[in-house]
Amino acid sequence: MIRRVLPHGLGRGLLTRRPGTRRGGFSLDWDGKVSEIKKKIKSILPGTPCDVLPDTSHLPPEHSDVVVVGGGVLGLSVAYWLKQLENRRGGMRVLVVERDHTYSQASTGLSVGGICQQFSLPENIQLSLFSASFLRNINEYLAVTNAPPLDLQFNPSGYLLLASEKDAAAMESNVKVQKQEGAKVCLMSPDQLRNKFPWINTEGVALASYGMENEGWFDPWCLLHGLRQKLMSMGVFFCQGEVTRFVTSSQRMMTTDDEMVTLKSIHEVHVKMDHSLEYQPVECAIVINAAGAWSAQIAALAGIGKGPPGTLQGTKLPVEPRKRYVYVWHCPQGPGLETPLVADTSGAYFRREGLGSNYLGGRSPAEVSRVGWDMLARRHRIIVMKESGFWPGSVCFVHPQVQTAWAGYYDYNTFDQNGVVGPHPLVVNMYFATGFSGHGLQQAPGVGRAVAEMILEGSFQTIDLSPFLFNRFYLGEKTQENNIM
Amino acid sequence: MWNGTRGIHRLGGAVVPEGNQKKERKMLQFLNNHFYDVEALRGYLLQREMSKVHLKNRSFTWLEEQHGPYSAGAFFILKQGGAVKFRDKEWIRPDKYGHFSPEFWNFREVPVEAVDASDCEINYEGLDNLLLLKELQSLSLQRCPHVDDWCLSRLYPLADSLQELSLAGCPRVSERGLACLHHLQNLRRLDISDLPAVSNPGLTQILVEEMLPNCQVVGVDWAEGLKLGPEEHEVPVFIPGCPWLKVTAPVTLRQPFPCPSSGLGR
Repeated sequence: MIRRVLPHGLGRGLLTRRPGTRRGGFSLDWDGKVSEIKKKIKSILPGTPCDVLPDTSHLPPEHSDVVVVGGGVLGLSVAYWLKQLENRRGGMRVLVVERDHTYSQASTGLSVGGICQQFSLPENIQLSLFSASFLRNINEYLAVTNAPPLDLQFNPSGYLLLASEKDAAAMESNVKVQKQEGAKVCLMSPDQLRNKFPWINTEGVALASYGMENEGWFDPWCLLHGLRQKLMSMGVFFCQGEVTRFVTSSQRMMTTDDEMVTLKSIHEVHVKMDHSLEYQPVECAIVINAAGAWSAQIAALAGIGKGPPGTLQGTKLPVEPRKRYVYVWHCPQGPGLETPLVADTSGAYFRREGLGSNYLGGRSPAEVSRVGWDMLARRHRIIVMKESGFWPGSVCFVHPQVQTAWAGYYDYNTFDQNGVVGPHPLVVNMYFATGFSGHGLQQAPGVGRAVAEMILEGSFQTIDLSPFLFNRFYLGEKTQENNIM
Repeated sequence: MWNGTRGIHRLGGAVVPEGNQKKERKMLQFLNNHFYDVEALRGYLLQREMSKVHLKNRSFTWLEEQHGPYSAGAFFILKQGGAVKFRDKEWIRPDKYGHFSPEFWNFREVPVEAVDASDCEINYEGLDNLLLLKELQSLSLQRCPHVDDWCLSRLYPLADSLQELSLAGCPRVSERGLACLHHLQNLRRLDISDLPAVSNPGLTQILVEEMLPNCQVVGVDWAEGLKLGPEEHEVPVFIPGCPWLKVTAPVTLRQPFPCPSSGLGR
């Protein structure tokens, strides 16, 4: 019956004049036409992908409750906790937009993967403690039926921080705070250090703090992969694209001090596809800025920082990309299996990598060094290492051979080197989860939960991160962290 | 059918499936991928197994004030199915029904010397109870399915007294966890045989021996992993001063050197 009906409809199509056909009759290759007609019938019938309409499978959905800008570990952690803490299953549609699905420049994949509780702020310590318990029970949190269990390759070897005379007092008070919060850290004198780790040269070392439990390093890719897998099973949408525009609507309101203030609200996000001008406007209710080293760009798109300097409107997000190098070297007579991650107050650190006498380490430079945003060239900076006295001064490596090196960006908070968490006071539906200056990976589970609680409940429920809100940049109150690596 | 699920949940791949279990697993996977209810049911069963393990490892530290730390810790071990030896007393073991004699409640001041927790489902939380036994000298965690690297990092409070530790057959212990045993400087005997998660057993044995110089590390032949050639009279060579020499090409000698470890390649 279809064969009889269709030629009627298509017959007119066959007879239309087209350039190239002779006037007065149609010379068709009948076989070609038949195969075309067969294809069209197949595409209309159910069970096969419909080729009649243009393919939009690469585009994000047109509406989404929450749009997470940035698919690194912080963005995925926020998305995970949003889905985990929502009241109804499927109650919230979350879209994660990531510009680069290979994560070639993302800080998560390029990081050394350490986790430690040796901070000076109680909030940082609590975040790390929670993250340690999250990683320990990762197969309960991120369980997906049928998927194999995750192996984070966690090395529970601990962190050893070395302090000189002038930093010893600060280290003692830090350790006191850490013990109060529940971290298992102990202080060691130079003699005890020499007994325990005979390969350390204790000249110039006045005090050391050693983390005994819940500290070490792990594989960040595994965490990222586990989060992605779990999110896909929970129904989160992923899109590869770049956020190019926020469409906002504003409202002028009067504060209690009789000042007019403009409150903005983002109601549409334009996501542009890779290598094309095609973009999709996504209507959204909440936007989460977890773009890492590029968060300031996203914030500027929303109009944060566009105003006279010194006012709340003119306060920019002070997060910048800072390049950090990591080197891997081989040293056959080096420290043994029990080596913790050793760091000293000059910013240099190293740790063991695997069983084959390989070590990896780096150094955070003390002075400000700004780097071009687009370059992440990998160079073996052996000369720089030797000249600037890179080696952590207390450990002597005999005949090291540099095997490889790479560089990654810290999302460096130039104000006080601590994260920015929570909503912006003027752009009311943009939430930040960025600026952690090198400890984003180890605090990601805790921060994700805090942001999700802020969105769903309106306030921080488990760990109070009010010292990390955006307001402090305007008010000038620094939440300084003394131990950064 | 549900025996198959327990096999799937066991981690580390230490349990090799028989032919039957493999077919059941494939069938289960097929059903899981095509039906939401099967997926939900499997998820529920997985959660139930995990909560059973949590229940077994609940905290017994509240017993400490009434009966003392040693009895509280011993009660935890006996409840899990392990055995306990108090100083100058006999081993106390539960019978096949899980019952054990209540005489240990009277041993308030007597410390526990040895614990045999083989095949018990102790995990990280359960170690809270084990660490009450401050003067423990011998601990056996053989074939414990939930003891992993995190648990090993928790053993350092027993460093003063622990002399013997056995981790044979634990599917989740890897060389990264063995690295944190360096706190246990009084250890005299360490058994690390048959650890499937350790990537390079021979090299790990050597590194652990270096880390714990006063300890006898048992279990793995350091020659495991050395490639021997196809020749008949091949004997692994020990050259003093070069214990890391990897013999990849066949080496023939007229008189083989005496080998220090027993049972090497003869």
